[in-house]
Amino acid sequence: MIDTYILHYMGIDYLTSFYDSIVVNLLLAGIGAGMFNSMRFYRPDNENYFYLRLWILLLSIGVTALQQYLFTFIGKGNTAYLELAHKAIPIRFCFNFLMISFVSLLNWLWYYFKSLEEETKRQSDAEKLAKEAELTMLRQQLQPHFLFNSLNSISALAGSRPEEARHMIQQLSDFLRGTLRKDEGQLVSLEEEIAHLQLYLEIEKVRFGHRLNTEIKTGDDCRKKMIPHLLLQPLVENAIKFGLYDTTEAITIHIETTCTEQELHVSITNPFDPATSAPRQGTGFGLNSIQRRLYLLYARQDLVQTKINDRTFTTFVNIPQHDKSPAH
Amino acid sequence: MIKALLIDDEPLARSIVREYLQNYPDIEIVQECNDGFEGVKAIQQHQPELIFLDIQMPKINGFEMLELVEEHPSVIFTTAFDEYALKAFETHAIDYLLKPFSKDRFDKAIQKWREQYSSENAKKKTDALLENTSQQPEQSQRVVVKTGSKIRIIPVHDILYFEADDDYIRIHTADGSFLKKKTMQYFEQTLNSLQFVRVHRSYIIQVAYLTRIDQENGEHHTAILKNGAKVPLSRTGYPKLKEVLGM
Repeated sequence: MIDTYILHYMGIDYLTSFYDSIVVNLLLAGIGAGMFNSMRFYRPDNENYFYLRLWILLLSIGVTALQQYLFTFIGKGNTAYLELAHKAIPIRFCFNFLMISFVSLLNWLWYYFKSLEEETKRQSDAEKLAKEAELTMLRQQLQPHFLFNSLNSISALAGSRPEEARHMIQQLSDFLRGTLRKDEGQLVSLEEEIAHLQLYLEIEKVRFGHRLNTEIKTGDDCRKKMIPHLLLQPLVENAIKFGLYDTTEAITIHIETTCTEQELHVSITNPFDPATSAPRQGTGFGLNSIQRRLYLLYARQDLVQTKINDRTFTTFVNIPQHDKSPAH
Repeated sequence: MIKALLIDDEPLARSIVREYLQNYPDIEIVQECNDGFEGVKAIQQHQPELIFLDIQMPKINGFEMLELVEEHPSVIFTTAFDEYALKAFETHAIDYLLKPFSKDRFDKAIQKWREQYSSENAKKKTDALLENTSQQPEQSQRVVVKTGSKIRIIPVHDILYFEADDDYIRIHTADGSFLKKKTMQYFEQTLNSLQFVRVHRSYIIQVAYLTRIDQENGEHHTAILKNGAKVPLSRTGYPKLKEVLGM
């Protein structure tokens, strides 16, 4: 339309001006569409940017030439128009060049953002898969030591006290089944988690009965609070290991839970010897994996805290309750 | 009668060895021990010919316990799962029983021990095992020594420097110095080489405790440690120390 007006302003009749603008704009639109299609398959990168410029230049020349050729049909017998068309070649060329450059830039940007979006999506999908795999791995980490030593205890009982051996096989099976349970969501109630923990503790007591005591205090109102499945067992395993290997005496592990609307607090306390235990702290593998797991679930690094108090070591864990189904 | 000792912190694990040993009337269990401390005492007291030894035990592990014993009896290790220990056993061809083990496997171990018992071979193997490798990760974090009847666990970060002293190594800490039957080579290999530097044929120092380096007569360098101790630096030790310090 603007085209038509400008030409009319320059003294060309409406019809000719109208045809002229149709020709010019259709050609440009055609090139835009062609470019859009070709960029679907091929997008120039920075290195062959020069070739892109060359292409735009050649296209502009081609379009301008084609326009001039078509103008001769439109302006048959209209000398004023033909003269103007001829004079305007450099302007038309510049206009074509800018338009084509602009269109190609738009196309390029459109595809660029589209691929960026795809890439981001793929990346987040891959991250999600990796996170799930890692969570499963962290959840199912079973100490081979525990398993083999338990089997050895069963082997010892089988000779002298077969009934007890059978009972321990049952406990160990129940415990393993709980550990291998397929992912039915990461969260279980505190009640369930404690029940699973009890299985574990009973087995450990068969092994260390003479030295290992445990005390579990759970507030009644906390029983239905949610906790990531298999979170407590490795923490208690850690506490037992530190407690039992740091002293030659009998030990008591204290497990306490309290809760508010928003959070469930668990504390696990074991005795330790500050004089000899310090260098071992670095290998607190149990704690690291718990921290990692809580971070993956709640995106918070501050959920696990430890405190050393004279001769006891306490691990505090906070489980946020506001979100029923944490990031998966 | 052959005197045997069971050292394991799990009573059930000991009971299975006791049960299997019932078939061997010539082997008598003189004592059962719950940990390495009891083990050291019992070995001194009974001088057993054979011990069944667990690795993971309270306070000190099985290897550390053996280090505290002057004369090594024959050892059959019993362990559940221990990647570090297994590697060490295999390199030194020492017999070990993986828990849980069968009666057949146990009998084979006893038979093998009887064949080697008379020879000095078995003892040498145990010595070599203790000397050449650090078997457990915690052993690069601490050193266990015995002074009189007292057993002391020294975290390595408390050690100022090591000094060769005949067949022993003198370990210097702020609380005094302790002797241990080891070689310089052992500590040089097992300790973190950025933390501990062998600055002399007879000395390894902990870099963190170095306060300055003095030069005497324009040639001999001496390291001065935090407690004022002077440690000579050898011609090859000095550049090694400089490299670690990034000088």
